[in-house]
Amino acid sequence: MGMTMTQKILAKHAGLDNVVPGQLIQAKLDIVMGNDITTAVALNEFKKTGATEVFDTDKVVIVLDHFTPNKDIKAAEQCKSCRTFAYDMNIKNFFDVGKAGIEHALLPEQGIVVPGQVIIGADSHTCTYGALGAFSTGIGSTDMAIGMATGECWFKVPSAIKFEIVGKKPPYVSGKDVILHIIGKIGVDGALYRSMEFTGEGIKELSMDDRFTIANMAIEAGAKNGIFPVDEACIAYAKEHSRKTFDIFEGDVDAEYDEEITIDLSSLEPTVSFPHLPDNTRTIDQVGDVKIDQVVIGSCTNGRIEDMAIAADILRGKKVSDHVRTIIIPATQEIYLECIRREYVTDFIEAGAIFSMPTCGPCLGGHMGILAAGERCVSTTNRNFVGRMGHVESEVYLASPAVAAASAIAGKIADPRKIGGNAE
Amino acid sequence: MNAKGKVLKYGDNVDTDVIIPARYLNVSNGEELAKYCMIDIDPDFTNKAKKGDIIIGLKNFGCGSSREHAPLAIKCAGISCVIASTFARIFYRNAINIGLPILECDEAANDIDNGNVVSIDFDSGIITNHTKNRTYQAQPFPPFIKEIMASGGLVEQTKEKIKG
Repeated sequence: MGMTMTQKILAKHAGLDNVVPGQLIQAKLDIVMGNDITTAVALNEFKKTGATEVFDTDKVVIVLDHFTPNKDIKAAEQCKSCRTFAYDMNIKNFFDVGKAGIEHALLPEQGIVVPGQVIIGADSHTCTYGALGAFSTGIGSTDMAIGMATGECWFKVPSAIKFEIVGKKPPYVSGKDVILHIIGKIGVDGALYRSMEFTGEGIKELSMDDRFTIANMAIEAGAKNGIFPVDEACIAYAKEHSRKTFDIFEGDVDAEYDEEITIDLSSLEPTVSFPHLPDNTRTIDQVGDVKIDQVVIGSCTNGRIEDMAIAADILRGKKVSDHVRTIIIPATQEIYLECIRREYVTDFIEAGAIFSMPTCGPCLGGHMGILAAGERCVSTTNRNFVGRMGHVESEVYLASPAVAAASAIAGKIADPRKIGGNAE
Repeated sequence: MNAKGKVLKYGDNVDTDVIIPARYLNVSNGEELAKYCMIDIDPDFTNKAKKGDIIIGLKNFGCGSSREHAPLAIKCAGISCVIASTFARIFYRNAINIGLPILECDEAANDIDNGNVVSIDFDSGIITNHTKNRTYQAQPFPPFIKEIMASGGLVEQTKEKIKG
């Protein structure tokens, strides 16, 4: 039996010729990553193992991005413990305030992750790097600790669902709409324990930023990982951002999949996930009249330059509703700078939005945009669980940056095709 | 290894944000986290939960974030086992890694009611419902996972390996 792309990467890193779904393996790790919340737990577990140094000072990455700049004294203490650990361990890829950005935008941008790697991150959205044709998955703090100590991690080899992407993407439909559509179709546990392997001629329609957004939300369908083939666009991205050499893996033609699902891009509409699960999706024509109090454009899902570009295009020369607090957060310092160079920051501020430094902040109800009881937010983030962005009686509607920007102007969930952008 | 306790039952997709909301993640101490365990799904949880009690969820228990604070809060709240129809995968491995016993058993998860008294034999995977006088067979842990649990978690197991 042939192997899927994920299985081939795992087999190689476990030193095996062949693996089968369900097999428990021990794999060598190319990158072990953590953030300020999860590393704070991991460093204590690391010390308990008796290890005195990390397995490779180039392969451990610590990014202080969640509660930074320190939101309160306890968060400051947590960040301090991570910082001290990073310095003591001589960790090369340590990103503190000033260098830091949201981890899953930062690692590809900085060329730390490349195709063919096995990456674990103590953050559920670590599956993002599957856009680069790597096996990348979220784990917890103990796995991070053991990964840092030994350079290895245990995995159960996953089976896979194949998504055949076909057709041409219509205007104002983005990677976010593709993944929300898929989650709506298969459910929040539709890919539980499994890989989501994307393939097909429609992939060339998807920019790398689209692919990062799609792979990022594989976890919201319960998947272990999401993975894209390494095509010309991917190779160009990897070479532009990294000096590392990399291996390209392809799924075998006789690989077995649990299911095969075709996604026709041309049939997709802007899509919104209603509270309180990402699979509670509606196309934009079905949303009805939903008045909102806040819009957040940013996060590891949608804080990249293309997300900023579409938001700027829609907001330029317009005003956000007086009743909507519009918070725009570029994911990294490099994206921030590019927004300045392209004068998006002027567009945002003149439209009445706030433009902030990189942080995960509001996405997880940490800081920088917490919701009160009864408030509604259209957010380009990834989860709309009860209380995710604040009060348990607040509501989060997940959408693309285009829908979010259009909604900020309309004061209610709105179709970007009706509000329109300047580039039309 | 065995567990026995009263059941606290919840539904589908109990996510890690309701198990331990991010507003409490500025600490990493298990005892402190336990004070807020399940607060956004069941604000009375810490008053109701007694040492040894068992949590039951239906499908996709522990979905969402990778925060190990979630199984840690449950473990430190004194819960002896979580039974669910299915678990989200990061929660599943985190629970094993920190030595919180969890079992997948759709029949038990559906049939056992809130407040039932249940005992579990982890070696055989047999779950006994003393209130309803019924038993259910869960898949016992594979040997690889039994070894981690027997060591008291992945850290203890790695410590033994590092010492050689």
